[in-house]
This record gives sequence, C-alpha cells and structure tokens, in this order.
Amino acid sequence: MRSLTRVFALAIASLLAWPLQAQTPRYGGELVFPVPSEPPSYDGHREETFGLIHPIAPFYNTLLRVDPFDKGGTKPAPSLAESWTTSSDGKTYTFKLHKGVKFHDGSEMTSKDVKASYDKIIFPPPGVGSTRKGQYADVVAVEAPDPYTVVFRLKHPSGSFIASLLSPYNFIYKAEILAKDPHWYETHIMGTGPFIFVEHVKGSHVVGKKNPNYWDKGKPYLDGFRAVFMRDSAAQVAAVRGERAQIQFRGFTPAARDDLVKALGNKITVQESPWDCILLVAINHKKKPFDDPRVRRALTLALDRYEGSKALSRIAIVKEVAGVQVPGTPFATPPDELAKLAGYWHDAEKSRAEARRLLKEAGVPEGFSFTFMNRGIPMPYEPLGVWMIDQWRKVGLNVTQRVIEPAAYFGSLRKGEHEVAMDFQCGYIVEPDLDMYKFLSSSRNPANYGYYEDPVLDKLYDQQSQATNVDERKKLIREFEKRVLDEQAHYLMTLQWHRIIPHSSRVHGWTITPSHYLNNTLDTVWLSP
Amino acid sequence: MGYYILKRLLAMIPTLLGVAVLIFLLLRVIPGDVVEARYLTQGSQFQSQDLMDQERQKLGLDKPLWKQFTAWMGGLAHLDFGLSMWTSAPITEEIKLRFALSLQLALMASTIATCLAIPLGILAAIKQDTWIDYAVRVFTIAGLATPSFWLGTLMILGMLIIFKWVPPMVFTPIWVNPWDNLALLIWPALAVGYRYCAVGTRMMRSTMLEVLREDYIRTARAKGLWLKLILTRHALKNAILPVLTVISMEFAFLLGGLVVTEQVFNLNGLGMLFVEAISHRDYTLTQALVMLVATFFLVINFAVDIAYAWLDPRIHYR
Amino acid sequence: MAASAQTLEELARHAEPRWPWLAAVANFARRRPLGAVGAGLVLLTAVLAATAHLIAPYDPLANDYGAMLAAPSAAHWLGTDAFGRDVLSRIIYGSRTALTVGLGASLLGASLGSLIGVTSAYFRGRVDLLAQRVMDVFFAFPVIVLALAVVAILGTGAGNVILAIATPMVPRCARVVRASALAVREMPYVDAARASGFRHQRIILRHMLPNVMAPILIMATAFLGEAILLEASLSFLGLGVQEPTAAWGLMLRGAAVEFAESAPWMAIFPGLAISLAVFGFNLFGDSLRDALDPRLRTQ
Repeated sequence: MRSLTRVFALAIASLLAWPLQAQTPRYGGELVFPVPSEPPSYDGHREETFGLIHPIAPFYNTLLRVDPFDKGGTKPAPSLAESWTTSSDGKTYTFKLHKGVKFHDGSEMTSKDVKASYDKIIFPPPGVGSTRKGQYADVVAVEAPDPYTVVFRLKHPSGSFIASLLSPYNFIYKAEILAKDPHWYETHIMGTGPFIFVEHVKGSHVVGKKNPNYWDKGKPYLDGFRAVFMRDSAAQVAAVRGERAQIQFRGFTPAARDDLVKALGNKITVQESPWDCILLVAINHKKKPFDDPRVRRALTLALDRYEGSKALSRIAIVKEVAGVQVPGTPFATPPDELAKLAGYWHDAEKSRAEARRLLKEAGVPEGFSFTFMNRGIPMPYEPLGVWMIDQWRKVGLNVTQRVIEPAAYFGSLRKGEHEVAMDFQCGYIVEPDLDMYKFLSSSRNPANYGYYEDPVLDKLYDQQSQATNVDERKKLIREFEKRVLDEQAHYLMTLQWHRIIPHSSRVHGWTITPSHYLNNTLDTVWLSP
Repeated sequence: MGYYILKRLLAMIPTLLGVAVLIFLLLRVIPGDVVEARYLTQGSQFQSQDLMDQERQKLGLDKPLWKQFTAWMGGLAHLDFGLSMWTSAPITEEIKLRFALSLQLALMASTIATCLAIPLGILAAIKQDTWIDYAVRVFTIAGLATPSFWLGTLMILGMLIIFKWVPPMVFTPIWVNPWDNLALLIWPALAVGYRYCAVGTRMMRSTMLEVLREDYIRTARAKGLWLKLILTRHALKNAILPVLTVISMEFAFLLGGLVVTEQVFNLNGLGMLFVEAISHRDYTLTQALVMLVATFFLVINFAVDIAYAWLDPRIHYR
Repeated sequence: MAASAQTLEELARHAEPRWPWLAAVANFARRRPLGAVGAGLVLLTAVLAATAHLIAPYDPLANDYGAMLAAPSAAHWLGTDAFGRDVLSRIIYGSRTALTVGLGASLLGASLGSLIGVTSAYFRGRVDLLAQRVMDVFFAFPVIVLALAVVAILGTGAGNVILAIATPMVPRCARVVRASALAVREMPYVDAARASGFRHQRIILRHMLPNVMAPILIMATAFLGEAILLEASLSFLGLGVQEPTAAWGLMLRGAAVEFAESAPWMAIFPGLAISLAVFGFNLFGDSLRDALDPRLRTQ
C-alpha cells in the first residue's frame, strides 16, 4: 500500500511539473517542412522570393532582426549587432557587433564583413544585382571604424531606416569572398547562421545541420532541418497530415486547417494572423471611362466587403476588411471610421444603389462590359476574381476575366494596356512608408499601374513620412487613405490576406507574424517528442 | 537492311534540326523573358531597368537571334547543354534526378500497361462479341476516359482516409532505397498504366482476331487444340509485335508528357520541369528538355521500325 | 487492307461524293450495342449543351454566399460549390464549353490534318517529303509543351485553347490520312481526272478527300474525346478556360481538391461528367472504327 501511495504522489508530482517541462526547450530532432517554390539562386541580396528565405535563411544572420516572439512582426531585436545608437541629428547610426562570431569556415566575422555585405546591397558593383538598392537611397556611406563597430551615415533623418535594416534578405557575407568574387554567394552558401549547409538536391530538398559553434550560446535546439520542395498545396497538407512534415511556413487555406484539425485533433496547433499581403485593383486612368472618378467610385461601392470577408474567409486565405494598413497595426484606421469610406459602408443595398446612380450619371450604359486582368495564381487571386466579377454583375457591369500567367504578368501591367487589373503588395514589415508608396503618382512610382498623377496625394505622403508626432501622422494617413480609396478611388483594396499556420504540436518556439518572410532563422525552434 | 538503317538514322537529323529551330523560335515568340520572370514578381518600387538590362546582357539575350542559335547549336555539338537561365546551374544537374524519376515511371507504367493489355486483348478476341468482350472494352476505355488528375486525387485521398498513409515526399532512386522509391511511384504507375492499357488492348484484340482467322488455327479449334497452339506457336509472336510497337510509342510520349499526373501525385519529374521552365521563360532549359524528349522519341521510333523490319520479313521497305 | 480497299472501292464507284453512312447508322446500332451506348452518351452531351439555358435550374454564374458548400439536397440536386453556385447547372453549362472546345479543336485539327495529308499524298515527291519532315518535327514535340507554348503566346480563354489543343492533332491526322490517301491516289478515276486536266484543288477536294472520309471520321471522333480531356487538363492547370465560366476541368481545380473530404460532391460530379462524355466518344469512335475498317491499325 505504501508503494502505491508513492506511485500516486510521483504521478501527481510529474503532472504538476509537466507544464513547466513543456516550456523548457529540448535539444534534438530534425525539423521537416515543405516549401512551395525553389529559389533560383542563394543570394539573398538578389532574390525576392520566400522560396529563398525558407530553406536558406537558417544558414545566415542579418545585422538586426525582427523579434522572433513579436506577433506584430515590427519590434527590432539584436542579431549580429548587439546594440545600436542614433546620433542626435538622426543622420548617423552606430552598431556594436557581437564578439566571437564565427563563419562556418572558422574565420571570425567582423565589421568589415558587415560593411562589405551592405556595400554590395546599397552600392553594388557593376554586374551585380541588388533588388533592394532603392530602399537605401538615403544612405551616404557604410563605415567600419573598428572591428566591432559599424556606422551608417544618412543624407537626412528617416523614421523607417531601422525598419529597412530588418529585412530578412540582408544576409551578412564574408568580405574576403566578396572581394574575390561578388557572384560567389549566388551559387554557394557560407554564413554565420545557426545551421550549416549540407546539401541541396535540385528539385528535391535542402538539408542543414546544427552549427556547434554558433555565437548565440545554447542555440540552436534542433539537430538540423530538411526543407522539401513541394509545389502542390494538397501534397503539402497531406505531408503534415501524414506527419512526415511538421510545419509549412507560408500558410495553409482554411479548408486545409479544418481538415488537419479534424484529422489530428490536438496533435495540431493552429496559429493565425493578419498577413502583410493584400490584393489591390489597379484602375487604369488612361482608359475611358475609368478616367472618371465616378466610375471608379462605383467600382468600389459595388463591393460588399463585409459579406465578402465572411464568405471568402471560409474558402480563401483572406479575411479582414482593410484600408491602406494591415488591420490591428498601430496606424490602421479603426473599423467604425473605415466604414465611412466609399465601399466600406455597412449598408450594401445603399452602396449598390449609389454605384448604379454614379454609373448612370457618368454615362455608362447598363450591361457595360470590360476586361478584368488577373494573375494566374490560384490562391487567392482566383476566388477574389470570381467574387468581384459577381459583385460588379450586381450593379449591371458585365466583366470578363483575362488571366495572364505569373511570368508575364507584370510585364503586361507595365505595358499599360489593361483596363482594370489585379495588383498585389506584400511586405516583410508593416510600415506606412513602405505600404503607401504604391499609391504615389506615376512620375514618382513607376510601379503605379493606375497611371495617374495626384500631387495632393504625394504631398500627404511626404508630410506623414516626416511627421514626428504619432497622432499627427495618424491624421495625415487617414486623409491619405480617404483620398486614395474614397474621393478619387485611384486604387481599390480587396481583403487583407489571412495567414493560417497549422503545425504539429511538437513544434515550439516559433511565433507567427504578419509576414511569411520573417522568423525563419529557426534558432529558437525546438521539437518535443 | 543496313542501307535501310542508315537511311532512317540520317532522316532523324533534319527532324531534330527542325525541332531545334521550332522550339528556339517558339520560346522567343512567347511574351516575357527570364529576367522579367525573376525581377517582376512584385510590382516592386525598387525595380530598376538597369538591373534587368544588365542581367539580359549577362545571359546573352541581347545578342541577335541567329547568334544565340548558333551558340546553342555549337554547344550541343560538344554535348554541352549549357546553363539554366533561371538558376545558372548546369542543365545536366537540373535534369538528372527528374529524368531518373520520369524514366522509371514511364518504364513502370508501360510494363503495367503491357501486362494488362496482352491477357485482356487475347481474352477479348477469343470471346469476341460476348459479354466478356464488352466488359474488357468498357474496362479499358473507362481507363482512357477518366481524367488522370481526378483518378489521382481520388487515389491519394482514398489512401489518406482509409489507410491514413501518405506517399513519401521526396524521390529516392531505386538503388538508394527501393522501398521508398516504389512506395512513391507505384501509385502513379498504376494510374498511368491503367490509362494506357486501352490502346494496347485494342491492338492486341485486333491482331489476335486476325490470328484466329488463320486457316490452321480454325482447323485446330475444330479439333479442340487451338488454345495450346496459339500460346505456343509463332502466331502469338507475330500478334504481339504490333502491340509492343504501340506501347513503345506511348512510352516515348510518357517521358515528358505526364504534367498533370506529376502535379497530382507530387512527383518531381520532367513534366513539371517543363511547366516550370516555360513559366520561368528559361530558354536554355526548355530547349534542352525538348531536344532530349524529341531525341528519345525518334530513337524509340527508329528502334521499333528496325525491330519490325527485322522480325517480320514479309514487310519490305523501299 | 482488303476490307479497306473494298469499302473505298464501293465509294470510288461514284465520281462525286455521297453520304452513304446515314443508312449505315441504324444497322450500326443494332449490331454494335457498345457503340450505341457510346452514341447515346454523345447525344446526351449534345442535348445538354444545346438546351442548357432551358433545363439548368440556376444561373451557373450566380454566387450565393448563404449556400456555400451545401450538400446535395432538394434545392440543389448535386450540391453547391465554394461560391454557392449550383453544381448541376454548372455541369450542364459545362457540357457547352466541353463540346465547343472539343468540337472546335477536333474539327480544326482533323480538317487541317487531312488537308495536309491528302495534299501531301497527292503531290508525292518533294512536297510529300517536306510535309512529312515538318509533320515529324511536330510529332516529336511533346504534346503538352506545344499546348503550353500556344497558350503562353496567345493567352488563356476558349478560343486560344481550341488552337492549343488542335495543334498537336494536326500531324497525327495528317499521317493517318496520308496513308489512306496514298491508296486512293492509285485509283484509276483519279488518274482519269488528272488526264482530263482537272485542277489540283478540284481533284483533291472533290475526288480524294471524300474517299478518305472513313479514317478522318474515326480520327475526328477519337480527337473529340481527347480534346475534352486535354481541355480539362489545361483548365486544371489554370491554362485553359477561366473563371467564372462553367467548364468541367475548371470545376475540378482549387476548392474541389481542398474540400475533397468535407464536400466531395464538388470533385465527384464534374469528374464523372468528363469521364462519361469521353467514355461515350471513345466507345462510339471505337465501334465506328470497327464498322468501317476492322483491320485499321492504330497509327
């Protein structure tokens, strides 16, 4: 009897201790995850696709990173730089680097490596591609006064400079290698990251193993990872469901989530978040009758976004009704204020009646037909296309869809021959300067596929960019939003994407953020048995 | 005979040249190029025309067409397939694994198709115009009529729901891990093999019918000996030949043509590589793939023709 | 080839073309039940396509967010899809797309192919050799690549899909028709026509072409089934007909696959529709082939 009591006591004690144990990271295990697309090269400075980040980011570090536990995906955190200071005039940023950081080949990382990497990004030598060069147009020089200090000098102060350093693509490379061959990193991998490159079998997978000399002592927890390239989304879901893979870092559809939860119960944990991606409708102001703001307003008034949100969030990766900022973020317009803008009224009947009235006033006949150009990617372009065409039908517009395959899509947009087309915007961080840049006049933004000039809008943008007072900035952003979405209806916002990551409950230490480009270094991730 | 072989070999060259010219021009007519496909994925505000022009120069896309063509042809003459425009990796590396997968799948599917076609065809011929004949024809044509992606989706779903089993995510060559290899490929091989057995069955049935009409067979049937006779005499050999011909032709097609099957069964084969290469506007890779598949096709055609001429002396070739 | 020559001889006895197969149809149905089943399915598809606007219970394009993913019921016999659109109505209207694309592609492919084949056989010599080489080139091209390339150049949409599907069919038809046309070329009346000084076009179109109708017809019916499948495949890949048009292949992509477990009716019925239609065309074509020439090889 006494032994039985002992057993009981032991059982109770271990039960009480269990939740605590679950929080302590456990070492070991290989994380397997599918990646929907394969990167064309290994150079983060050159590529723009998440297909590079997911399998390759674990081999590198960046100067700064977004805090991996910040659900909002905006908080800067130290990475290779352990601290930083800004000068009083806001034009000089000084970073102190960690000591004792080793590249995978054993050599030490110092400030010259950071300088060489950022020189490659900001001032690429001829023949070397850097896709984010334009983001650092304000930077005058990058200096390395001593081995553990890096200094950035700017032309004028910028509220978004730190945010620009958080880009997950800014891998820190070795200066000596870059000096010998600036293209070396396109076809080779050698960084300071928590994992060491093992192999990349083309068309199949990438394998990384734990870096035993990682500078962040105690990390990583995993023994390694395996990124498997799987294009078909049904196959990715099946892999997670069959427990061959533990997580997919981009996002699954609501149907996949429901299937996984039904099949695996509490072996699956679901993390959800608004996604810093949205599809917009570019209305070509060069094509009649879309030069008439009444016609454009009618197009946005016809869309019942609230019904759309309810319905489409069941079948597509969209959900929230959004203005120019991701809902729930600091500068986003609160829902009741948003409801005052055209296209966001809660009364759908009133909205459609107004749309019809405007069309009639503008002289657009009933049954007027136009072509909507869409991009050939199934999710969520297709369902949003079907939804919008149906909504426009309800106000007497006869729309046919012309789908262009992704490789040729933006080439077609740049030709400027479209009438109404789907455009898209994805960011790695929520920041009004980055998110609202799209709406600037064509003369300032060549990627404006509405092809319009609006100096009032441009002025509002500049004002908000330089505003130091947060409330003042919010006010300016609201004005900007009102002009671009309501008064002039230059562009239409559809629905904010919604990121759904159902993953094996064995995966811990990974927090979802609004961006699928963030939090992929995998140093904080661990597996429970 | 030797003269015939030489003639056929030489005939392949202009055809291959024609294929090369056709794919070269066809690709350049398609709007967009690899640089646009890579850098215009987002309507990013940070795009620059200089960057794109630079890249084009590096890839040789700014040179006049005839120069690009001769450069490619020159490379082929040395069996140098060049580098992929998308990844800058050697094309042989890109194709290696996918080719192994597609080849194995095509072989397995053809074998399954043959194993189904021969007995079914013989059965249908022997029992011509009876219920068995109709049943065989319905069975095989059903295979031909069912969309492969539908069948595939149902198969995978069925395995998932009933057996809670999912095929391996990655292709391992058969000499590395035969179990994983077969666990992945048996399902699409069955689906594809079933689909293509219809053509072979039809052919087997029709040649078998011819054999059955032969006088000596009819005599044997009257005497009750016919079955043994058919199965042991050369009659069967002659009947099978056209069937093998047909299946070999299908095999050549299977090599690069299983795009939808590969997508549904999540196979990393030549079909999906084709689609990717075209969508990336990767000229060099697409060209290499087309040449590879076309060569294969012509070689198999050639081999079948030679086999036919050799095995059946009744056929004369000018 | 005895039976083939016999049939052709019968037809060749008349200098101007006739339509002898109308009478053969009834005979056909009696003697070949499988073919009759096939013909029945073909007829059903045609009727559905023609009367779609009369018999479909709902507008195939009307979204109904109150009835998304609804199971089959009295209101919606085959259920609804992810947008609340009635599956039955979409399948009925889908037959229209299938037949338009199928017929369009197979007619285009068969006519172009037979014209090339007959012309090539008629002129023989260098013209024949050149045409054969060109056809060989297209033959060696993977079918799907050709279709993908055409779609990439012309874009998606029904018209372009027809072109994309017809393209790989032309060389195959040309090859088969050429084989038959070579035999017809040897016919005495063709020589007579040439001696009489008839123009080439007239001989080709009025004397040779009608006499190779048998293999052309067989190819056309075989093509039709293939065209429907190819259209479904292209739509499944996202390269064919686009939303919100009702097309069977389109109905099998996206939501149908995702909800295959929770809403299987979305995937099952369009798949069945495709299978039955292609099945019907194949059965019919098979029996037609048997009736017209039981010894015609597959080539």
